[in-house]
Amino acid sequence: MRTVSEHGLEHLALGAAVLGTGGGGDPYVGKLLAQSAIRQHGPVNVVTVDELEDDALVVSSAMMGAPTVMVEKIPNGDEVIRAFKALEDYLGQPITHTTSAEAGGMNSTIPFAVAAALDIPLVDADMMGRAFPELQMCLPTLYGLSASPMAIADEKGNVAVIETIDNLWTERLARSVTVDMGCSAMIALYALTGAQVKESMIAGTLQLAESLGRSIESARREHRDPIDVVQSELGGVRLFEGKVADVNRHTQAGFARGECQLAGRDAGKDTSLVLRFQNEHLIAIRDGEVVATVPDLIMVLETETGAPVTTEELRYGFRVTVVAAPCDPRWRTDEGLAVVGPRYFGYDIDYVPVEEITRAKSS
Amino acid sequence: MTAVRVGIDVGGTNTDAVVMDGLDVRAEVKTATTPDVTTGIVAALRSLLEQGQVDTGQVGAVMIGTTHFTNAVVEARRLMPTATIRLGLPATRSLPPMVDWPQQLRDAIGEHTYLCQGGHEFDGRPISQLDPEELRRAAADIGSKRIGSVAISSVFSPVNSEFELQAAEIVQTELPDVAISLSHEIGRLSLLERENATIMNACLRDLARRILDGFEAAVRELAIGAPVYVSQNDGTLMSIDYTRRYPVATFASGPTNSMRGAALLSGVRDCVVVDVGGTTTDIGVLKGGFPHEASVGVEVGGVRTNFRMPNVLSIGLGGGSLVRFDPHPTIGPDSVGYELTKRALVFGGDELTATDIAVAAGQAEIGDATRVEDLPSDLVASAVEVIGHRLAEAVDRMKTSTEPVPVVVVGGGSILVSDKLDGVVELLRPPHFPVANAIGAAIGQIGGEVDRVFSMEGHAREDVLIEAKADACEKAVAAGASAATVEVVDVEEVPLAYLPSNAVRIRVKAIGDLELTRDDANR
Repeated sequence: MRTVSEHGLEHLALGAAVLGTGGGGDPYVGKLLAQSAIRQHGPVNVVTVDELEDDALVVSSAMMGAPTVMVEKIPNGDEVIRAFKALEDYLGQPITHTTSAEAGGMNSTIPFAVAAALDIPLVDADMMGRAFPELQMCLPTLYGLSASPMAIADEKGNVAVIETIDNLWTERLARSVTVDMGCSAMIALYALTGAQVKESMIAGTLQLAESLGRSIESARREHRDPIDVVQSELGGVRLFEGKVADVNRHTQAGFARGECQLAGRDAGKDTSLVLRFQNEHLIAIRDGEVVATVPDLIMVLETETGAPVTTEELRYGFRVTVVAAPCDPRWRTDEGLAVVGPRYFGYDIDYVPVEEITRAKSS
Repeated sequence: MTAVRVGIDVGGTNTDAVVMDGLDVRAEVKTATTPDVTTGIVAALRSLLEQGQVDTGQVGAVMIGTTHFTNAVVEARRLMPTATIRLGLPATRSLPPMVDWPQQLRDAIGEHTYLCQGGHEFDGRPISQLDPEELRRAAADIGSKRIGSVAISSVFSPVNSEFELQAAEIVQTELPDVAISLSHEIGRLSLLERENATIMNACLRDLARRILDGFEAAVRELAIGAPVYVSQNDGTLMSIDYTRRYPVATFASGPTNSMRGAALLSGVRDCVVVDVGGTTTDIGVLKGGFPHEASVGVEVGGVRTNFRMPNVLSIGLGGGSLVRFDPHPTIGPDSVGYELTKRALVFGGDELTATDIAVAAGQAEIGDATRVEDLPSDLVASAVEVIGHRLAEAVDRMKTSTEPVPVVVVGGGSILVSDKLDGVVELLRPPHFPVANAIGAAIGQIGGEVDRVFSMEGHAREDVLIEAKADACEKAVAAGASAATVEVVDVEEVPLAYLPSNAVRIRVKAIGDLELTRDDANR
């Protein structure tokens, strides 16, 4: 177990936003929320998956909705606590730990706010190894574990508890509620035992995010290319370097959806890359050819600093580099691809691992 | 008769001025900034017009760049107490206004924040209704504290500004004399960043009135009838009246001007620009002739904003920086500022400044060198080394790769830079380097902006964007930009889901160089 204080969150928020693949919420607002909770309630105890008792009751805390909304309609602060209390009442037993559903700027830091406010430990793990736009896109789904009962709360005081027949229905119903709540809500879901956490989740995501953030920071200081660091730590490939030429973005059906076009510079000035996103980047098309797709990680980083750029921050003229990296191997199975593969998102293409696409291109 | 342009840079230490005839510098002067600002500008202009043999009637335009507003925030001085009203309850309570501000700045303007009802959802529904009584109570409290400036922000105001406007009306009725700054007029989406910019704008309103009155008085005193413009953060110009209401728009115009001046003077398109002033040194990067911009998380004085501005590193080292030996030399960050020509040793004063060190080391011939000839040479050498080391370190921090890049040195304090800097292969001092900033102001760019609600129904998005971009470019050209240089620098699209027919608010900004040919100057 280790203790994380207010200042221990800087590197973590940076690294988690890289893993957030454009989504997962604004890292700045996420960091401030967690820091203010820690200031008010004291530091957070973080436990590893190995330290978790098998009969622990672990519930994920997250924000749900469109990141474009979160940067405007900042939470009241009580939402996630009310969601937790409602779920605890419904379950009829005390929740012993919280954890992250996904890695991302805000969704890696919200659990710190919950852990601080409720004085429960935080489990260092997540359910995606990145961020995905929908709630059923969590590894526990592949293990037949249920996302519901889940609780959802808004800033006005509304709380709903949802119990569904499967995780796709959890997403569907929760999404409708989220839209009515103004496209941003706080949720508590995936009530799992310690044993189930060990079996189905990815251990050590917070550590990974923190070490990634620290490496980026030291690369900047030492004038090494921070993007090389991201590439080597995640085993990724560089897809493109260029300037944002167009961003077409809408808050629609509870998500930030759209497309971003990058134009190459200098020697590559006749090349282009198109990114399509639904909160997170889903697909990258370079000069008309698909070069990376979900579930692999597609990350947009500021070229000079390696700072992750979220889909809501993307802005005309930004100079960015796009890096793709392999996802957790469980997502690459047939069962995994049925949940998060390109076809689920409506692209009529087969998933090919990003390292194979690159290898095919260079041979 | 030929019309010329006058560029003025009002810094914390020096007021520089140039007369530009097209792209040629016809005259240049450097004088000390005065506490009232006006006297310094008048003195600079008088000697400038005399030196350049220019009649006031020949002046076609006066462009003024100033770092006063940025410095006021950075130093947390001369800011007025400011109240912030945020409309959004019950949302946003977790992160109140100024949540991430440095304590020094909060103390300077006071922590007078009012979270009130209001705000909109992304689709235009109100989060809660505005409560006029609540706002009147806030106004009464603000009035009782004698606070003269109010910033108002509302959730999603770039999508729907009605609550900010209504709240402003209520507050203004209760408090007719307060200055009000509204967030939807100042920033873009992202509540905290937009609100931060609005609060900074609000706390500068009083200083803006004084400084801009000073500018106008100076120009009037010399009977110059030409229009007066002020430089903004992206290198374009704005009117004095606009600046009075939006002083925050001048942020970072100093480095932008000096970098653009350095690009013109040196002809180098890719380099690090080191601008050594009286109090600080600003280091920025030129890429392809344009200042390299910061994108995510730009901070001013430790406050996060989402302005477009050059990526600049500022260190507290300049010609007026105080030098102490303890026993090792320390330089700055405090400076004698505009009193350099009174308080520095070489000017007959009794403070040891960085300028005195440069003179003692034989790097410059200014003032009375005999007044520093008794300084022990080992102390001088050690101070020179510290200055060189700090500059080299700062240049290195701004470099984006380990490749050698040329360094262009400009600014009045550039005598501090010896001919060799560690890790720098090529060091250039272009002609007129001390007044690069004023030159940058004189060649200020012309912007054209479109901010309109478009209906997307029955139109392809590309066509609407092309139309908006073309309009912005046309506006820039109509305002005097040379068509060949105009380019779109910013596009922002805000879908307005609450309006029918797929309405989208589109903002486009295009920028181009002033048409600067000799023929043009004959107009």
